[in-house]
Order: sequence, then C-alpha cells, then structure tokens
Amino acid sequence: MAFYIVQFLTGLASAASLFLVASGLSIIFGVTRIVNFAHGAFYMLGAYVAFTLTERFSGAFGFWGGIVVAALIVAVIGVLVEMVLLRRIYHSPELFQLLATFGLTLMVEDLVVLIWGPDDLVGRRAPGFKGAIDFFGQNIPSYDLFLIVLGPVVLGVLWLLFQRTRWGVLVRAATQDRDMVAALGVNQKWLFTSVFALGVFLAALGGALQIPRDAVNHAMDLRVIVEVFVVVVIGGLGSIIGAFVAAVLVSELNAFGILIFPKISIILVFLVMAVVLIVRPWGLFGKPEAPARRTPGLTVNPWRPLTTNERLAALAALVVAAALPLVAGNYLLTVGSEIAIFVIFAVSLHFLMSVGGLASFGHAAYFGLGAYGVALLAKMAGLPMIACLLLGPLLGLMGAAVFGFFAVQLSGVYFAMLTLAFAQIVWSIAFQWVSVTGGDNGILGVWPEKWAASPSHFYWLSLGIAALAVVILRIIVFSPFGFALRATRDSPLRSEAVGIDGKRIQWTAFVIAGTVAGLAGALFAYLKGSVFPDNMGISLSVDALVMVLLGGVETVSGAVVGAIVYKALNIWLVSQTDWSKLVLGAFVVLIVVAFPKGIVGTLEALLYRRRKSSSSVSPLLTSRVESAE
Amino acid sequence: MSMVPTLLSVEGLTKSYGGVHAVRGVSFDLRAGEILALIGPNGAGKSTCFDMLNGQNIPDSGRIRVLGAETTGKKPRVIWRMGVGRTFQIAATFPTMTVRENVQVALVSHGGQLFNLWASTARHARDVAGRLLDLVGMGAYAERPCGELAYGDVKRLELAIALANQPKLLLMDEPTAGMAPRERVELMRLTARIAREQSIGVLFTEHDMDVVFEHADRILVLNRGSLIAEGSPEEVRGNAQVRAIYLGEGLLYDARHREGASA
Repeated sequence: MAFYIVQFLTGLASAASLFLVASGLSIIFGVTRIVNFAHGAFYMLGAYVAFTLTERFSGAFGFWGGIVVAALIVAVIGVLVEMVLLRRIYHSPELFQLLATFGLTLMVEDLVVLIWGPDDLVGRRAPGFKGAIDFFGQNIPSYDLFLIVLGPVVLGVLWLLFQRTRWGVLVRAATQDRDMVAALGVNQKWLFTSVFALGVFLAALGGALQIPRDAVNHAMDLRVIVEVFVVVVIGGLGSIIGAFVAAVLVSELNAFGILIFPKISIILVFLVMAVVLIVRPWGLFGKPEAPARRTPGLTVNPWRPLTTNERLAALAALVVAAALPLVAGNYLLTVGSEIAIFVIFAVSLHFLMSVGGLASFGHAAYFGLGAYGVALLAKMAGLPMIACLLLGPLLGLMGAAVFGFFAVQLSGVYFAMLTLAFAQIVWSIAFQWVSVTGGDNGILGVWPEKWAASPSHFYWLSLGIAALAVVILRIIVFSPFGFALRATRDSPLRSEAVGIDGKRIQWTAFVIAGTVAGLAGALFAYLKGSVFPDNMGISLSVDALVMVLLGGVETVSGAVVGAIVYKALNIWLVSQTDWSKLVLGAFVVLIVVAFPKGIVGTLEALLYRRRKSSSSVSPLLTSRVESAE
Repeated sequence: MSMVPTLLSVEGLTKSYGGVHAVRGVSFDLRAGEILALIGPNGAGKSTCFDMLNGQNIPDSGRIRVLGAETTGKKPRVIWRMGVGRTFQIAATFPTMTVRENVQVALVSHGGQLFNLWASTARHARDVAGRLLDLVGMGAYAERPCGELAYGDVKRLELAIALANQPKLLLMDEPTAGMAPRERVELMRLTARIAREQSIGVLFTEHDMDVVFEHADRILVLNRGSLIAEGSPEEVRGNAQVRAIYLGEGLLYDARHREGASA
C-alpha cells in the first residue's frame, strides 16, 4: 500500500511542472489564439539558464534566486520574441503561427547545444529539500513534497491574479472577445505582450524547478511539449483549472502506467485521451472552439487540372529526371532517390493539408509505420521485396485509420496538437518495444533485391512510384471525393447542408494520406537498408510541413517543387554545417513571415495577375500608353 | 385546398435553455407551393425554431415531419437527403471554387458520388449545374471564382446550391439580410417564381416587413416562443396583438421622443 501512495505522490510532484507549462500555454492561447509551439523551448531555456545561475551563485539564496531570475530572464526573451516575431503573424492562418513557433523551437534546440554543449547537465539539489522522508519504509524526496504544495499554490495565485486585479479582468475579457476589448480602448499590443510574458515565465519556471529532479538536456523541450499538448487536449485549451486537473491526471497515469505496462506506459495516457476526445472533444474544462477562420480571398485562382501543354511539360520534366543515371554518379543517384521518396511523402501531407485543410504535425508517424512495416515483413516474415513494398504501407494505413478517426473529430490547433501527440506515441512504441522494433538500434539489413539494388535501378523505381503517387493524388483532388473534401474545408456548414458527412470524408482523406506516406516510408527503408525510431520523429514531420509550405499550401501540387528544393537544400546543408536545425528553423520563420505563398504559390499568383490584367485592365493601359506616345 | 399535400408538419415544438423557454409548443403546417413567413421580434424564438427544423438543434419535445417522414432530431445532412434545401442568414458557399463547381459539389452529393475517387468532377452534371445557374440568373458567372462575387450574387448562388437536390421544401433563414433594397426584391421575386413553378414549399424568417407582406402567402407570428397569430398578410396586418408587438413599440418610441422634445 505504502508503495502505491509513494507512487501517487511522485505523480503529483511531476504534475507541478507540467501544470506550470500547460497553464502558460493555455493563458497565451486564451488571449492571443496562438498555440505556442515554442513553449517547450522556453521551458528548456528556463532549465538551462537556471542551471548556470544556480551553479554560479551558492547558498540557498543563490539557488532560489537563481530559479526565479532564470524564469524572469527567459520571460524577457519571450517578450522580445513576441514583439519581433509574433506581432507580425497574429492575423496569419493558424498553420503559419504553429510553424513559426515551431521554427523557433528548432533554433533554440541548436542554440542551447551551441551555448551549453551537447551533454546532459546535472544540477544541484535544492537547499532545504535535499533529503528524503521515510514513509512506511519507502523514501519520498522532500523536494517532491515541496512541488506537491507548489502546484496548488501557483493555481491559487493565478486565480487571484485573474479575479482580483484589473489586468486579470482585461485578460479574461480579451479571452472572451478581444475585438471588443480593443474597441473599448485597451492597448491590445501590450496586453498581448504581457500575457505572453506571463505564459513564458510559467514555462521557464516549470523548467527551472526540474533541475533538482532531472538532468538538463537539449531534448527536454519536445518531451514536455508533447505531454503539455496531451494535457491541454484533455483539460481544454484556455482553461487553467483544466490544465491543473489534466496535469495531475496525466502524471498519475504515467506514474501508474509504468506498473501496468512497463514497456509502453504511454498507451494508458493515450487511451484516456481517446476517451476524453470522444466524450468531450474540446476537453474536460474547455469550451467548444469556434470554427477555424479561413482567410477569405487568399486563393484567388481556382484549381484546375493541367492543360495539355502543362501535361507535356510535366512529362518532359519526368523524362529529364529519368535520364539522370546517364550523367550522375552513385552518390547523386542515391540523393535523387531520397528526393523522389520525399516527394511522395510531401504530396501525401499536402493532400491532407491543402485539400483537406488538416495540418498534421505528426505525419511522419505513417511514414515510419510504412518503413517498420517493410522492415518487419522483410526480416521476420522474409517476404520478397515486391510483397513488402505492397504490404508494408498497410501498417501506415492501419495507423492512419486508428489515429485519424480521433484526429478528424477535431480541427485547427487541436488537430495539430493531437496528430503530434499521436506521432510521439508511435515513436515511443518504436523506441520502447525493443523486443520487436529493436528500440534505439532499429532494424538493420533491409536491403532491396538484386533487380532494384543498383543505385540507378532504385532511382528509377523511386521516381516511377513518385510520379504515380503525384498523378493519382491529383486525380483524387479533381474527383468528386476531392471536391467533397475541399467543400468540407471551405465551409463545414454548407457541406453538411448539402448532405456531406465531413468527418467521414476527412477520415478517408487521412487514411489515403497515411497510406501514401507509408509507401514513401517503405521505399525509404530499402534506400537506407535500415529503420530507426527517428524515421517517425518530430523533425521528419516538420520537414514535411516545410516542404508543403515552401511549395505553397494553396496550390494543387506545389509540394513536389517544395520537396525537391527543400530536400536538396537540406542534404547540402547537413553536409556543410553542424547547426542545420538553427538554419532550418530560421528558414521556416523566414518563409512564414516573408513568403507565405511558397514558390509555386507565388508563381501562380504572378501568372494569374498577368492573365487577368491582360484580359481586362491592359486594353485601357495600352490605349493610354499609345495616346501618351 | 385539401388536394395539396402537407409538406411540412410541426407539432408542439418545444425547446428551453435552462429556465428560458425559447420555443414553446409551436405547431403549424406548410403545403406544397406555399410561401410561409415566420416573423417575430428579436428573441421571439425564430432562429431556435429554424435550427430545430433543419437539424442543427434538437428539440426538447415535439415532432417535425417532412412529407410524412419524421425528421425530428436528425442531422442536417440527413434532412437534406429527405428533400429539404436551405440557405443561411450569412450565405454559406465554397469560396475557393468556381460558381459552377459550387453547384456541382451539391450535385455530386445528390448523385451519391461523394466517395468516387476517380471520375472528373468538372464533367459531372455540368449541364444540370448550368441550368440551375441560369435559373437564378448566374449563368454568365459560371466560371468565376466564388470568392470574387458580390454578396448579392453569392446569395443567388446559394439559392442555386439549395435547389440542387430538387427539394420539396426550402428553408431560408433571413434570405435578404445584408442585401441592398433592390437586390432584396429581386431575390424574393426569383424565389417566389421558382417555388410556384416547381411547387416547392418555402419557409422563411425575415425582418423586412415589406418583403414579408409582398411575398408570403401566409404568415406565422412568434412572440416569446409561442405562436400568437397565423394567417394571410391581411389578417396578420389587422391582428391587434401583432400590431401591439410591432407597431405598438413604434408608437411608444415616438411618444417618448415627443415627450423628450417637449420637456
């Protein structure tokens, strides 16, 4: 019995930090409507800065002062980020806000390694809470007890802040209707900045307080952000009490899940989240979200199938690409195969994002499932390569069918958070279920058969499948199903009113996208000859998002161009610099702020404007020019 | 009269939110080809009533039947498949598609082709879509992006979409809201003509009394959740209770002003 009580208390102690970070995220979302993906990065920065300060200044004052000052320093950094970056994108579509803050996360990950080095840092124990308390023969660290008390105290302070201060009233008002608050003459800019500062302060404090419990490392941002997303999905975005209850719930599930499923403890959290989503899709304490805002008039040029000339041009490009083995060496051909595979991956996400309006932040899960499907079939069942390539993606299909069913119940930011959490769960399973997946060591020796083994043959195989995938997805875009999917994206109200079951349509689209991603993963396994948990990691999901964005979200097939440019750039970059995440993150932020239409989108907009002006405005213009002459 | 079938029959429709009785015991019938207006002051329960008819809101009690088939509590998409078209107070269309594609989506759905992954939508029921657009006077705009249309045109497009399933019944929530006076008259004349020609029953809510009295065959007056009057425009115009709600307030307002001016 005592053991279970101690386990329960450990869970409560873990909940404190999680609650701080999640409440910060919730407060920021409530007012600014931005889901701050960089929240995990601020949490991590808090831990690193606090580590430096507490090492520098000795004594109890040095420690506790260091923790608070660290959170304050990070809050100031947050204010700068808000003023320089976020103010520019408050009116952008949600997807761009998510991506910009994600880009920030990538940058911070490399920056902390640059400043503090890649090794785990073990901080010192908290003065006054160094020992442990004996509880019927079980030890409880006294610092845990401190954290258990701290959680409710912070909750109380936040409650007082929001109920009893003028600033708190303004924040609550802005959470309900920020336009009204602005109309009443409140300076929105500073309200947003101060709210962001408070949110970041809470995240950094949560990170700083972890020092005595855990080593500080440069992967803690993603670990915490996934947990926080699960917490806010369960508790409801924008609700502080929801964040508290859900943080306790998730931490306890983790604490006891280890006892029940020691290998895959995260399953239990997933099951609870699934149940909550079915019963209350907006979380236990949240409110139903208003439908995601579409930026009207963003797409001026309606999508059309290619004209005959454009088809010929695409075919010519394919022929040129197929001629690559005539001039290129083995290394270039391998790069070419990889690019072709990422074209498949990118178009599968593009289909979900652009046509379906569903921005998945965990699309790599289905890529990885396809890769593992192939590896397991090839290594365990010993099936021939063709059979593996056909059957392997079915694992991606099944994963997409299960996760997609829950994910499409939500939309907008909830959808993004949920897909990310699902991908992380799949990653954890691949990582933890060592007996089947090989864990961190992956599965090695998945080589293609002789007919596809040479670099040129494998290149042609990848290119052919990529071309096929692009063509099939394009046909689907212009099929009745594709239109039904776009209709659901454009206006849920109208599509329901013309008999379209939007959820079923979106679920089908999710499964299609997951299967195609699985196909890409299957090829990738053969290209690399191995599979690893990183094949379903977050950075791969982000890669796909960037490819789609770079090509142009509002185009039919921009992702093809996006994938080629990005992947080529990425491979070159990794060979040139150790700080690829830093460059990549900056690149993402830059695209979002300066180049939101992407390469193909920008070209199309230019062409469309020219066509329009040549048909209507230009006669007037030319006549004026003539008369001037 | 008895030869004309009852299209929509509503019995004892009731809905309350907490202690507020939004709609209480509303009953009425609607016959084919009839244009029926549902009016009432703000907060009378028009929208709640309307949302229950089209499936966006579930009544606490009462029954709704369309051509004898129960639609109470069914989802909007199911009600649509039973032959009920609808338009919204703020027109809902698909802004990234062309005008023709907007109608084609509804036709695809009506034809049960939603999960067809292979065919070309552009070729699907192209002529039918064209005829529907001609009917509402939007034929010339068929290839224009919907997002570029003026609001009056969007409203007409929405009417064409609502007609795509050859509905027996058309539910129109404030069809002329947000339109210029001339556009209002045109849209309602168009609606009335189509309803007569195809003997579609139309139920609409409206704030503009000119529109109501010119086009409605019959008027239902809702106040505080209950029906207080029902009849032809002349009957409703002459009803003392209705005058008290609408005109009475106006008189009071005038009287207040006069008092204020003299004081």
